[in-house]
Parts: sequence; C-alpha cells; structure tokens
Amino acid sequence: MTVIIGLEIHCQLNTNTKLFCGCSTDYRDDGPNTHVCPVCLGLPGSLPVLNRQAVVYALRVAKALHCEVPEFSEFARKNYFYPDLPKAFQITQYDKPLALGGYIEIEAEAGGEKRINLTRIHMEEDPGRLVHKGSGDRGRYTLVDYNRSGVPLIEIVTEPELSSPKEARRFLNKLRATLEYLGIYDSEREGSLRVDANISIKGYERVEVKNITSYKGVEKALTFEITRQKGMIRRNAQIVRETRHYQEARGVTTSARSKEMEHDYRYFPEPDLAPLQVSSWVEEIELPELPDTRRDRFMQQYGISLNHARTLTGDLRLAEFFEEVASGIPEVAAPWTADILLGELNYRDMPISKVPVPHFNALLEEVKKGTITDTSAVEILRLLLNQVMEGSTPEMPGAVIARLGLSKEEGGAFREIVASVLAENGPAVADQRAGKAGAINFLVGQVMKATRGRADPKEIARIIEDLLKE
Amino acid sequence: MGSKMSFDKPDPDNAFITLCREIDYQEGPLSGIPIAIKDNISTAGIQTTCGSKILKGYIPPYDAHVITLIRSAGGAIVGKTNMDEFGMGTTTESSAFGPTTNPVDPTRVPGGSSGGSAAAVASGLVRMALGTDTGGSIRCPASFCGIVGLKPTYGRVSRYGLIAYANSLEQIGPLARNVRDCALLYSCIAGYDPRDGTSLDLPAPTPLRSEIQGKRIGVPAEFFGEGVDPAVASVVQSGIQRLEELGAVIVPCSMPSMRYALAAYYVTSMSEASSNLGRYDGVRYGQAPDTVRSWHDAYSEIRRAGFGEEVRRRILLGSFALSAGYQGKYYAKAQAARQMVRDDFERLFESVDIIAGPTMPTVAFRLGETSDPLSMYLADILTVPANLAGVPALSVPCGTAHGMPVGLQLIGRHFAEDEILAAALAFEEGSA
Ligand SMILES: [Zn+2]
Repeated sequence: MTVIIGLEIHCQLNTNTKLFCGCSTDYRDDGPNTHVCPVCLGLPGSLPVLNRQAVVYALRVAKALHCEVPEFSEFARKNYFYPDLPKAFQITQYDKPLALGGYIEIEAEAGGEKRINLTRIHMEEDPGRLVHKGSGDRGRYTLVDYNRSGVPLIEIVTEPELSSPKEARRFLNKLRATLEYLGIYDSEREGSLRVDANISIKGYERVEVKNITSYKGVEKALTFEITRQKGMIRRNAQIVRETRHYQEARGVTTSARSKEMEHDYRYFPEPDLAPLQVSSWVEEIELPELPDTRRDRFMQQYGISLNHARTLTGDLRLAEFFEEVASGIPEVAAPWTADILLGELNYRDMPISKVPVPHFNALLEEVKKGTITDTSAVEILRLLLNQVMEGSTPEMPGAVIARLGLSKEEGGAFREIVASVLAENGPAVADQRAGKAGAINFLVGQVMKATRGRADPKEIARIIEDLLKE
Repeated sequence: MGSKMSFDKPDPDNAFITLCREIDYQEGPLSGIPIAIKDNISTAGIQTTCGSKILKGYIPPYDAHVITLIRSAGGAIVGKTNMDEFGMGTTTESSAFGPTTNPVDPTRVPGGSSGGSAAAVASGLVRMALGTDTGGSIRCPASFCGIVGLKPTYGRVSRYGLIAYANSLEQIGPLARNVRDCALLYSCIAGYDPRDGTSLDLPAPTPLRSEIQGKRIGVPAEFFGEGVDPAVASVVQSGIQRLEELGAVIVPCSMPSMRYALAAYYVTSMSEASSNLGRYDGVRYGQAPDTVRSWHDAYSEIRRAGFGEEVRRRILLGSFALSAGYQGKYYAKAQAARQMVRDDFERLFESVDIIAGPTMPTVAFRLGETSDPLSMYLADILTVPANLAGVPALSVPCGTAHGMPVGLQLIGRHFAEDEILAAALAFEEGSA
C-alpha cells in the first residue's frame, strides 16, 4: 500500500508590523486585544494597506525555494463566518498566487537526495484567536483575542510527493531551517508554524487533516491517519473523502463533518488592494547562506561527516552554536554537539540557545585533553543542563571535575583503594562474580568508607566492574 | 483657533438620523459652514448607522479621511444624514430610520441613496453635504431635489472610513445648491491618502473656472432610449441646446455597452456587498448576540433581525453570484461587461471632451411608488456607467418636468472633474 502525502504549511512571517496595518506583531507577552486598530479589528470603513516588508519576506522564500514569480499576482477574499475572523472574510490569494512551482531537496530514505516539488506559495492574513473558558452549559463561554488578527502568513503547498511520515518530518525540518536561515521566521514563537496534510493510500480517496499546530505533531498525526486508513482498507471499509481534525492531546484525528466545515468560500478579487506587480523585485533580493551550502561548507571547513554536517546545519541556532564551539576541536565538537548534546536537549525539551557556550567549550577541551572519561563528560554535561534548567548558576566543568573527583588521575588513586578493598573482601567478590544482587552495593560501601566519601559511588561501581573484568 | 456654533433647526423632511446641537470648528476655507455628512461615513464620537438597525448605536472610534479634511478646513459637521440602508436604494425609503421626503414636494422621495444629504441641502438646512455614489447615489438625489452633486473619479477621494457597500464602484462626493459650493467642498476632500490602497496620487484640483467654449459634448442616443420619460428627455434636450448656444459642439454618438451596464452593476455591487456585510455579527459592535446560543445561531438571528429586506435580498443575490458553479456565469461575466463599458468611454473620449444626458430617466417618484425592486433598479440605468468605468460625473439642475426638478448629467474623462465643473458653472451662469 503506497502512501501519498501532500502538505500545506502556514508560516507566520516575523515582520515588525501586521500585513495590512501598522500594529506590532510582537504581542505574545502582552494582554489580549492590545495590538489592534480599526483595520485588524475589521471595523466598518477601514481599509487594508499592504506591508511591503511582508512581500519582500515572502519573495525571499520564493527565491530560496526556486519558485517562479509571475508578473501579476492578486489578493482575494475568502468569505466565511467565524468569531475569530473580524471581517467575515480572510484576505488571501486564490488563483493568482505570489509564487508558483519550486522545490525542496531532502535526504531520501534510500540515501542521497529526493526532490519534493512545490505547487505554490501565497500570502494571507492570520485570523484572531479564540480562548474557550469555563465549564458546564451555562458557564461556558469563549473570548476572542484579535492580537494575532492580520499577522502575515505564507502558505506553502507541496505536490503530493511525500511517501512517509518520516519524509514529511524531514521535509518540514528542511523547510523550517531554510525559513530561519532566511531570517523571515522565528520557530520559538508559539504557533508560528501550522500544517494541514492531505493523506491517501494509492487507489483510495484522499483525506485532509487540519489543525496540526505543532510541527512535532505532524509525524504523529500522519502515522495515526495512515494506520487508520490501512486498517479500514484491510476491513474492506470505505475511506470517504473528508476533512479531519488532529486532536493534539489524544494524538488522533477525528471527522469534522459539522455544518460549519462545509464552506463555499466565494472567492473573488479583493477590491481594496491593487494587483501586485513584484516579479522585478526578486532580482534585487540577496539570499544568505542556506542549509545545503552551509552543510557542504561544514564538511569542507571542519572535516566532519555528512551526517554530522546535515544534523548541525538543520537548525540555524544549532549551526551557529557549532561554529562558536568548533574552532580548533571540530572532530570533538561535531559528535559531542550533534549526537550527545542534541540528545540531552531533546530529552529536556530545551532550546540550544540556553546552552552556555564557554561551559560547553571547556567541557570539549577536557574531553580532547583526555582528563576525563566520556562517561564523566556526559555526567558533567547533564549536571550543567540541569543547573541551567533550574536557573542556578552553572558550574564550570573544571570545578565539577574537582568537586566530584572525576579526573582520570584521581580515579587512578581510587583504583588502588578499590583494589585493596576487593582483596580484603573475597566472599563478596565471589558473590558479585556469581551475579548475586546486592554484592556490588556492599563493595561500593566499603570503598566509600575507605575514601571517607570523597569518591563518586557511580564512578567506584564502574571501577569495581573494570577491575573484576581484568 | 476654535469656534463654537449651535445648530437647532427643525428637520421636517427627516433628512437627519443624528443631529449635533453644539459644534466646534476651526479657521479655514470652510470656516463655520454647516455641513451634513451621509451616515455611512465614519465620524469619531458620532453615531454612524448606514441607515441600518444593525449598526444602531455604533460610535466609530476614528474619523474617515474626508472628515479629518473637513474638520481641518473649518467645516462645521452638524449631523449625519438619512440614507437607504447601506446605500442600497434609489429613494431613501429603505432606511431603518424612516423615509426622507423631498423638500420640493413632500409627497415624493428625495432620491437615494444620499437622500438625506440632498434634502438637507435643498431645504436650506445646510449649505453643503457629503454623499456617496456607488451607482448614482449622489447624482440621483441631486437631480430629484434640484441641486448640484458630483461623483469624483474613482481613486480621487479617499474611501478610508467610508463604510463599504461596493468598494470597486463607490466614491464620496459633494452636494450643494450651486456649482461653486460643490466645487469648494470637492477641493477640500480630493487628494491622495496612503490609507486607501486605491487612492491615486495626482495634482490637486485647479481653481474653479467657467468654460464651455469649443468643448465637444457627446450625446449618446442610449441616454434617450426606452424608459426615459419624454418630458424629462425634452427638458434635457433643451439644456443640451443651451450648451451649444454657449459655444459647445454637440456630437451625437452611441454607447452600445449601455445594454449590459445595469446587469454588470448589480452583479458586481451585490457580490461585493455580500462580502462587505459579513462583518455585522454583533461580536464587536452593533446589536449584541445572545451569548447563551451557539455563535452560528446567534449570527443568523442578529443578521435576520438587523438587516432590512432590500439588504437581505442583495446579500443573497450577491452570495449566489459568487458561489461555486455560478461565479463564471455571473460575477466573471459582469467583469467582462464592465470592461466593455470602460472601453466604450475610452473610445468616446477620443473624440469628445464631455458626455451629456439626463441624470435620471424620470423625476422624483411618489413615496411608495417603487415597491417593485426591479423597476427601482431600472432607474439607475443612466448613472451606473460612470461608476463601472470610474469616470467623474455630476448632475446640475436643468429645468422642471411635471413640476419637479430635472438634472443634466455631465460625464468627464478620468480625473477631469475640473472640466465638467467648469462646464456646469458655465451652464448654471448661462441659465440664470
Ligand atoms: Zn491593526
């Protein structure tokens, strides 16, 4: 059963002001309805004025993704009623979008690169946001916050060329990285990337899954939906063409066949805005170094592997972090950043921007000098990240090594003590060799007694196991 | 320097929805002149209803661009005038605030949709007023009430703050008892406004002059076709003859696209209106919904109760014209027909300077006479072509038929307001 996936990605552009008015887009730390004016509230008589910066940002994306920008494009009204939509229409683009075609290259499942073609990119305004409050029939109510109303979005539509949730994730990673490299998008802004997906099994009807609001939810939503569709095919049940909603909290998709979802949007050209004629602007746009170019440069400049280079350039902040810590020790910095640090960050859901560069750098120096074991280094890194998470002042690795006695030399001193403890406790050693539970704890306890608590019990346990292997 | 005036006059024609009793004004070219504003133009702090129940009590937090201009020119805004609900009508009878009567004959309508503004001027309550013209809504009441009204070129006057009925067709313009006052108010509101994306940055209007000598005036046969009252036609014909006596060259011509103009106008305006009027849902302003109901039900109820019959009819027809499967048949065809009207004007203006004809096919109707919507729509046949093409047009009093005023319509090239005002002034002076 061949899986066919197409994506529609809505991305907020990080312009200073909204798409059609002068209100600031930096509203996330402010109270509701504090970044509004007659235009973005849709008050009677207000008129939209196009934000030039938003057009330039969208054209930057179009150029980076190899799209064609037609001579004329046009804004259109998409008419529907919803409380978050103050004009009862969204200004978007319909049959004359800003950009056509284009592609993104991703790592193919079988190795090498796979090209995913794009259908189009268009601009539109974000609606406001509903906040549901209360419980029970009488007490339940909904508040509307129009701070988000009018924030510029681009919608990027792919051809149905993705063949697995994993590919979809790779595509989104690549797209997100590219948008961040272009300086037009900020992934740390909540809700700044939203995805709708069209999913089908070859030969069967297509289902649209809407409302995937986190980019991490995409792979989960797709996996659920594919499993659901395959299950139906196996049971000989009919897959109907429909729109489904992704329920983030439960990780499932549910049918959205309510009457509010059946829309005839009655698109027509927005009479308050002149047609756009911006194809000539594209030439003047200068693109920064993009992920693929940076990946190739990393391999060349730092002599690191393709996999490491791909991972490290897959996120703008990670790439910049790597360049800060890489100088002189790239062969240590690459695996420690791409493999170990990234894993620890993901586990903690912590952004790279929180990692203190001098501390991590010092840790890499210790690893390179060989003063500590890898195990100790990981332990120091975990301690460091935990200290950052808790908001306490992070200790420099040198101090941690001294405090916990983690240097290999000190470990050497402990080795002698461990060796004499093992020699004095023949029966316990025999039990440990026989795999008897509790024996190791007894031995560690004896060493701790002998070192008067200076040693790290985990380190001691490791040394005991080491010596018993010899 | 601020001055104060009080305005406390009776309003027998029901020309006003809201009257301001105490008015502050500044020094300027309009210093202390009482000016009435059509109630679809946003005025900060003054109720703005569009003649609709659904906006009753709505007080805009901001001034329309033209209001800012009038205030800074010293105009004294004395009130907001009655109108057909959201501008949808030719009689001012569809207002939720009751009909306005014609000061010339109170058993007749003043025309519409800017009927309140025209009646306020014609009765002498104010010297000048602002109206809006989507398909003739300034020129029709000017003609019916015997005053001067100008619809400027599309893009000449900022629409910022004008509550939209049909965005691609409408303009704000002046009404006054004579051409000089009309031109004075026009000169104060014309100009570029960056807040209106369709506003054009062009040189300011030139001072008013009287000029008709040698002007070539085209008279399309279609302006005297079927449906035009012979008595009205004959008054206008003699008006055109007067233009010739004043030195103009009369050029008989033809506008074949007139046949499609009315349909193109109604499909376009209703389509745009169906979208523009979606926002009246009671959430942010106007009549508040019953919040215990689902939003969907609350919206339906508010809109059913808040909009009048004609508005509901146009929303439904417009939604239909834009709907999937019918858009190609209606909306798209209307745009093609609209282009034919534009092409016709462009072709005619290669050989003539001004196009002249009657403003309205009849004199003012009796109250309640046009209960059939279709016959009311037909009355717009002579005014809609200028809106479809975006060219400027005015109506100037030309005589009477059946004892009621008749207007002469002068249509100019894009941005040639000066030229049609100059001709109108010459005509007015020559008739006096
Ligand atoms: Zn705003």
